[in-house]
Amino acid sequence: MSVSIDPAPARILRRSRLHWMVADTWVLTQRSLRHIPRVPEQLIFATINPVIFVLLFRFVFGGAIETPGMAYEDFLMAGVLVQTVAFGAVNSGVGLAEDMERGLIDRFRSLPMSTSAVLSGRILADVTRNSLIIVVGILIGFVVGFRPTAGPAGWIAAIALLLLVSLAISWVSSTVGLLVRSAEATQSANYLWLLPVTFASSAFVPTESMPSGLRAFADHQPVTVVVDAVRAYLMDEPPGWQGWGAFAWCLLIIAVCAPIAVRRFRFRASR
Amino acid sequence: MSRKAAALVVDDLHKSYGDVDAIRGLSFTIPRGTVLGLLGSNGAGKTTTVRVVSTLLPFDRGTVEVLGRDVVHEARAVRAEIGLTGQYAALDEHLTAHENLEMIGRLHRLRAGDARRRAIDLLENFDLIGVAERQVKTYSGGMRRRLDLAASLIVEPALLILDEPTTGLDPASRRMVRKLVRDLVAAGTSVLLTTQYLDEADELSDDIVVMEHGAVLAHGTPEMLKKQVGGTRIEAHLTGDHPVAAAREVLAREVLERFGTGPARLSADRRVVTVPATKEPRLLARVVRTLDDLGIAIDDVRLREPTLDDVFLTLTSAQPTGASADSRAGRGPL
Repeated sequence: MSVSIDPAPARILRRSRLHWMVADTWVLTQRSLRHIPRVPEQLIFATINPVIFVLLFRFVFGGAIETPGMAYEDFLMAGVLVQTVAFGAVNSGVGLAEDMERGLIDRFRSLPMSTSAVLSGRILADVTRNSLIIVVGILIGFVVGFRPTAGPAGWIAAIALLLLVSLAISWVSSTVGLLVRSAEATQSANYLWLLPVTFASSAFVPTESMPSGLRAFADHQPVTVVVDAVRAYLMDEPPGWQGWGAFAWCLLIIAVCAPIAVRRFRFRASR
Repeated sequence: MSRKAAALVVDDLHKSYGDVDAIRGLSFTIPRGTVLGLLGSNGAGKTTTVRVVSTLLPFDRGTVEVLGRDVVHEARAVRAEIGLTGQYAALDEHLTAHENLEMIGRLHRLRAGDARRRAIDLLENFDLIGVAERQVKTYSGGMRRRLDLAASLIVEPALLILDEPTTGLDPASRRMVRKLVRDLVAAGTSVLLTTQYLDEADELSDDIVVMEHGAVLAHGTPEMLKKQVGGTRIEAHLTGDHPVAAAREVLAREVLERFGTGPARLSADRRVVTVPATKEPRLLARVVRTLDDLGIAIDDVRLREPTLDDVFLTLTSAQPTGASADSRAGRGPL
């Protein structure tokens, strides 16, 4: 091997900070999107999750759960979709922790690039990945008897809300990933809060059946608000305050977690 | 940027992690177009220094400037001037080599077409063009390291930072990396090199800084440093399978000290005894005869000039807290 490398090409200068934030985010989104077909097991496991939950709750628990006003499969699907999207978004934090462990974050940070793009690029790719999982989830629902009555507007609202949930949980899991800094620990830490929060909600059972203290929590926590809204949109019912409440919860979570994650990333990615 | 600015100036750098002082008043300068080898035992502060210089790590006190630009206040400008190859290959396992380099090119502000062409040019130069479209996870350690080096050359860095670039490589890959560094320096690149291999530092560096406990222990050209630790040495290689090893070593040291001018030292593998000596006629013959009379089997006895190993060992063993037993091992990792 002999080195006869041509002179390096000129860089693009004189662009705004915002331009680079968008451009770098796109480069890193492409990077993470390439992982989807190349690490197929990730997508496969992520899509097995809704299959298992749909089958488990539809056929094992479903018979014992009373859902006033709608068939259990119609009740269940909103919960399964929100839960699947939330669990899928844990990938953002896990991937970030992995990149830190492998030194890739150091390389990015030694480049003259936009720092926040490292986070936003991955998160956008995870939202894209989650949209594939949503499609699979809905198809499985159809197989077990899910019969949504939503019109186009209801579908658009439901999908938009699910993607926003994906975005919000991605920021949460990234924040956790930056705190615990190991891929396995990030996964466990995120499941630790996601499991109780998704089960103590209206995702799988009506909250009316819960003891009053728990029910007060379940009725107001974001998962219930989001699940109720998605359910209302899909079943063409008036969403009530949960309609705007769900979007507000997601935006609030992003508004809190994104700045924390970016700051944490700037300061703590350096050991 | 001042045209005369040195490639790197580190001035009175201090950095502690909690109670542990990792760097305590480190100062050195790398003039443009030269290589500075940073040596030290594990924990001496080499990697901390590298991380500070690459803008990755905040520090407590002092100034660090790359081409006259401050690593804290002008971090982004500094990042545009440096290429970093860390201790482990920082690459995306699931992307191909081509995609990795192109991505880094784009993040370095190259146009899409330029980034693609640059990636191909580097892959050709680093003998990776045949595997350019394979995912990095299929690569051997040597291939990864080559790709990692290529990644740090996407733009022509004014300062190339190599943190143990040959650690864990097989001898052929190690040779190749060394040749590459020589070629780059010939083309005008400045290099900050940390290494565990003293012969590598000797071969590549214009200047050497030996670090110990976060400060400079010695600084100079390899020749100056070698001169500093004195002249010739007698080196006796003991035959491997001696039945009473410990006694043999003690005896061999005593014999050599009789002929030498200072204390004899045993290598960590307990095979080589070394002692400083002055050249005189028939010295070796007398050593051999004495060892033979005492029944100490040897493979080889020779006179040799000091190496950086001797510099390092002499300097670090003179320290009260000293280096670990490992670092006295001579040619092995520091």
